[in-house]
Amino acid sequence: MATAYSVTLRTPASTATLIAAAVLIVALFAAPAYASRGMIQDLFFILTMLTLAQYWNLLAGYGGLVSVGQQAFVGIGAYALYGAVILGGADPILSILLGGVAALLLAIPTAFFAFRLQGAYFAIGTWVIAEIARLSVAQWRGVGGGTGTSLPRDALRELAFVDGIRALFDVRASAARDILSYWLALTLAVITIAGVYWLLRTKRGLALAAVRDNTEAAKSVGVDASRMKWVVFLTSAFGTGLAGGLIYLQKARISPDAAFSVTDWTAYVIFIVVIGGIGTIEGPILGVLVFFVLQSLLADYGSWYLMVLGLIGISVMLFAPRGLWGLISERTGLQLFPIRRRLVGGSNTKREV
Amino acid sequence: MIWIDTIIQGILLGGLYALFAAGLSLVFGIMRLVNLAHGDLIILGAYIILISVTVLGLNPFFAILIAAPLMFALGWALQKLVLNRTLGEDILPPLLVTFGLSVVIQNGLLEGFSADSQRISAGALETASISVGPISMGVLPLLTFGSAILVIVVLNHIFYRTAIGRAFRATSDDAVTASLMGIKPERVFATATGLAMVVAAIAALYLGVRANFDPSIGPARLIYAFEAVIIGGLGSLWGTLLGGVIIGVAQTVGAAINPEWQILAGHVAFLVVLLIRPRGLFPRGN
Amino acid sequence: MALLETKGLTAHYGDFQALFGVDIHLEQGETVAIIGANGAGKTTLMRSITGVLRNAPEQILHNETPIGHLPADTIMKRGIAMVPEGRKLFPSLSVEENLIIGGQHKGGRDLGDRIDSFLSRFTGAPDPMELAAGHDGAGYWTLETIYELFPILRERRHNPGTALSGGQQQMVAIGRALMSNPYVLLCDEISLGLAPVVIKDIYAALPKIKESGASVIVVEQDIGQALAVADRVYCMMEGRVTLEGRPSEISRDDIHAAYFGAVA
Repeated sequence: MATAYSVTLRTPASTATLIAAAVLIVALFAAPAYASRGMIQDLFFILTMLTLAQYWNLLAGYGGLVSVGQQAFVGIGAYALYGAVILGGADPILSILLGGVAALLLAIPTAFFAFRLQGAYFAIGTWVIAEIARLSVAQWRGVGGGTGTSLPRDALRELAFVDGIRALFDVRASAARDILSYWLALTLAVITIAGVYWLLRTKRGLALAAVRDNTEAAKSVGVDASRMKWVVFLTSAFGTGLAGGLIYLQKARISPDAAFSVTDWTAYVIFIVVIGGIGTIEGPILGVLVFFVLQSLLADYGSWYLMVLGLIGISVMLFAPRGLWGLISERTGLQLFPIRRRLVGGSNTKREV
Repeated sequence: MIWIDTIIQGILLGGLYALFAAGLSLVFGIMRLVNLAHGDLIILGAYIILISVTVLGLNPFFAILIAAPLMFALGWALQKLVLNRTLGEDILPPLLVTFGLSVVIQNGLLEGFSADSQRISAGALETASISVGPISMGVLPLLTFGSAILVIVVLNHIFYRTAIGRAFRATSDDAVTASLMGIKPERVFATATGLAMVVAAIAALYLGVRANFDPSIGPARLIYAFEAVIIGGLGSLWGTLLGGVIIGVAQTVGAAINPEWQILAGHVAFLVVLLIRPRGLFPRGN
Repeated sequence: MALLETKGLTAHYGDFQALFGVDIHLEQGETVAIIGANGAGKTTLMRSITGVLRNAPEQILHNETPIGHLPADTIMKRGIAMVPEGRKLFPSLSVEENLIIGGQHKGGRDLGDRIDSFLSRFTGAPDPMELAAGHDGAGYWTLETIYELFPILRERRHNPGTALSGGQQQMVAIGRALMSNPYVLLCDEISLGLAPVVIKDIYAALPKIKESGASVIVVEQDIGQALAVADRVYCMMEGRVTLEGRPSEISRDDIHAAYFGAVA
């Protein structure tokens, strides 16, 4: 038979991953049935940070675009939701989508400016845009200006599905809202990971890896590097905006300084990705778990916590630049989300010459 | 008349921003490294001066004699021990390491000095002013602007007229060939960062005397500095001064219209320049 | 005692091995030529000797001291100077500055070295003054004598180094290396891409350079030129020395075989 060789993406580990992931997702969706409210809130935090981390990783790890301005998209997504709900009386859950669209719209001029800047200057350029967005939103009196505002009680009370969740789990309205937010966060995280994985496996995604590895070489084989940069940047902005809307729907209170915080929405996210392993899908997943454990252990120590996080991030970058996942996959060869195509077969059939 | 006054205030403020930016520009010019912790290092310098003033009872202008060598040593060690390891084709390591450093310095200062605002006291100098015709100018802003010019003249002299400046330029051109001339590139880079930190210490002095500061304001200074560098064009220190002046004037004019627009106006001016002249006003060839 | 010697020198670029046990030596006062086709390993050999590529200490000896592991700046301070392939002038520096920088760090006597030397007493790190092995960089060559050797450079001294013609740039590169008054001058492909008349001008400087006390290794693709100036010749092929001898003792056929690997 001449069909002994085949090109495949699948590894034994990736098949196992697929099964394990399906089980895990079902278990997570069922979590409200057996988990406490505090645990649901923790999981919400983990899942939203994971989503942000995946999008930043797509930008920096795959697209080579180191943005320090992702807080712009979290903030604008959140404020679009608040604006629509408070000023337009829109449905809060549908308004999450509006948050994504708002972030996308902001991303277009942002990319136009920031792509004029090379490398490191791109990073600070995105930061400037985020500052402009923060300062501009602080001028927006309708949503509380510089001091911020809360979601109206009516809007929260009338939130879709909440009554059903109350009846199902026999919980109070506020807990039911947390469960709803949690399910949305879980859905968003799953779609994000699946979507990023799908994007990276397409022809376009492989081209992305080529651009990251060597822009000049990629150009010479006809990869349009600048179009890929746009695709990645806009995708990340849209997803980050969705996450921003969802995060602040759950918080129910917003202010420009919090929603556009470089520490909360960019610094933490960068550390998650760097510690976990930049340029892999597994890295941010591992990173967010490490991050959560560190935060649980050290959050009481305030600024010490951030210092430790910063020092760990620096050490990882200096001594293990591929992060924890890099260390693991180097030693074990494990790949849960294989992206490179591999040539398999042929060992037990004779080559026909 | 009030407008002329506002614009002069803005020009003089630009001197401060040029001081923030000069070190950033120097380091970028020599090793293509953007230090995201630059703003926080300036704030660290301000705290060193503050301690020298309050604990040792020094005049702030003498305290710089303590802060400058300390900052030089800090910059030298930082470059030698940490940042030299990050240099290379990949832009991720230097960015992420200096970003981490920014977080570490900020929170270290927060732990050491709390979030309270501080101010370096310079006595009567803070309010002294001189009048030229109908226009009155603060002595301190004038001194700041004069220092910015002096710093740029001295840096240009070092860069173009001294042995270490030759080594800076040669290493920037081609580090391998420079090593064939007996130059240790890692040592040259460490010296450059040390020098940038001396400028940061001078910037810190005027920052701390001019207004209140606290551990969290470093990133905003980094952004002003960065805007000044980009507006001026990479590699031109006089361009950086002009960039600082443009940001300064935009901020004071913005503030005169509406106090809440001060910072925003500076950022918008930056975007406008970037839109019209993507490579800045005085781009150096290459 | 050889002034400079390689013993079983090997070199790798990642997985690719470029040198397979190269043995050459340079005696005091000699001019040695190294010839060979592109990819024979000549430039790799130069990069190893000058410390751009690091090796095992014992693979390169300078006055019988192992130097294979030393970095490029230290090798230069011992009095081994290099005219790199492609000239590699510093575009940000004028002609005169290019020359000055060649001598400004000679002999391990710049401020950084003095500080390191002082610190080495406490840290146990190697003393840069000691590594410089007594080479103080003093000698015949100064800006003035370089300008006497290549008068055209005096006229062009304020031009950027890269604004000159190829031959003039080569003169700057040679002058830059001489400014440290080296014991050993390594010249990598100095005639590459230059017109014959220009090559002649440049090689005319060789007797003066030897008179100043430098021993010379020239890497050449131009066999005729190499045989004309050298006391001894090495021919390299595929990372090995395939022929060694005095120009008077080796035949064209020997060279052809050593150069291309087969006798025609």
